[in-house]
Amino acid sequence: MKGAVSTRWIVVAGVLVALLLAGVASFYASGDPDGLTKVSEDQGFAQTEQEHQTGDGPLAGYETKGVADGRLSGGVAGVLGSLVVLTIAGGGALVVRRRRTSAEA
Amino acid sequence: MHVPDGFLDAPTSVATGVVAAVGIGLALRGARRELDDRTAPLAGLVATFVFATQMLNFPVGAGTSGHLIGGALAAVLVGPATALLCMSVVFLVQCLLFADGGITALGTNIFLMGIVTVVVGWAVFRGLQMVLPQRVSSVPAAAAGAALVSVPVAALAFVGLYAVGGTVDIPLASLTTAMLSVHVLIGLGEAAITFLAVGSIVAVRPDLVYGARRVLATRSLVLRTATK
Repeated sequence: MKGAVSTRWIVVAGVLVALLLAGVASFYASGDPDGLTKVSEDQGFAQTEQEHQTGDGPLAGYETKGVADGRLSGGVAGVLGSLVVLTIAGGGALVVRRRRTSAEA
Repeated sequence: MHVPDGFLDAPTSVATGVVAAVGIGLALRGARRELDDRTAPLAGLVATFVFATQMLNFPVGAGTSGHLIGGALAAVLVGPATALLCMSVVFLVQCLLFADGGITALGTNIFLMGIVTVVVGWAVFRGLQMVLPQRVSSVPAAAAGAALVSVPVAALAFVGLYAVGGTVDIPLASLTTAMLSVHVLIGLGEAAITFLAVGSIVAVRPDLVYGARRVLATRSLVLRTATK
């Protein structure tokens, strides 16, 4: 495919889009309870939800502990989370994939 | 649809945990067939995009929101086995770092939003592909249809789990109606986002899209016959 966009370009552009979504756009997301949470409230089993064991972690609830500004706190959490996911999933895929040369595999 | 700790009883959580573990084991083997040097980088991108997009709750009706699940999207882009691995990484990170989705419910969340949406999404996608014109341009539409169906089916799967291991006695009919009505709307959002995301990669590099491989293969086969 001559003149085609390179895979590297697509991955870099895609990751940048993801970082913008998680780091910036997420501030404008709806804060209303999600579908399951709302149903659990309406149907009367919301109270069975237990406290999360990592609920006081540094990024719990998509907020960065110690960062007062809401926009920055959520943005930093989103960017860090995206990078962690990228590292684990991207690294994992490189390990799992078929290698081009049999010598490497 | 992240299930917190406490909604389902311990036996059910253990059972979904076992199903999730077996699913991941199978996916690790299957992903070897889907991933090669060319497509492996896309897996990291797909997981990152799903994580980011899951932060974007959109309103669905009064006082309720929903976000993309992404199982169908991931299955079409990188193949169902790799998709389950990508989704599992997202749920693991959300659970441990962001306190989103309970720790004892991790298996449940991987089952509902990973296995169910990936398997249903991929099956519907393949079904639609057979019905729709055999063109690359049909791929985003088939992916959107798969996304649309995958969300309410996952909601029904939750009802099924709740019927077996819910910690409170809830009339199942009203739970089913409530879960379905919200998640059909979330499914519409899921379909729109999936259409745009799959459409943009299909537009620039259809050869990278796992769900487009079959159409591309048929196309080159036809060309070769024609030149002979």
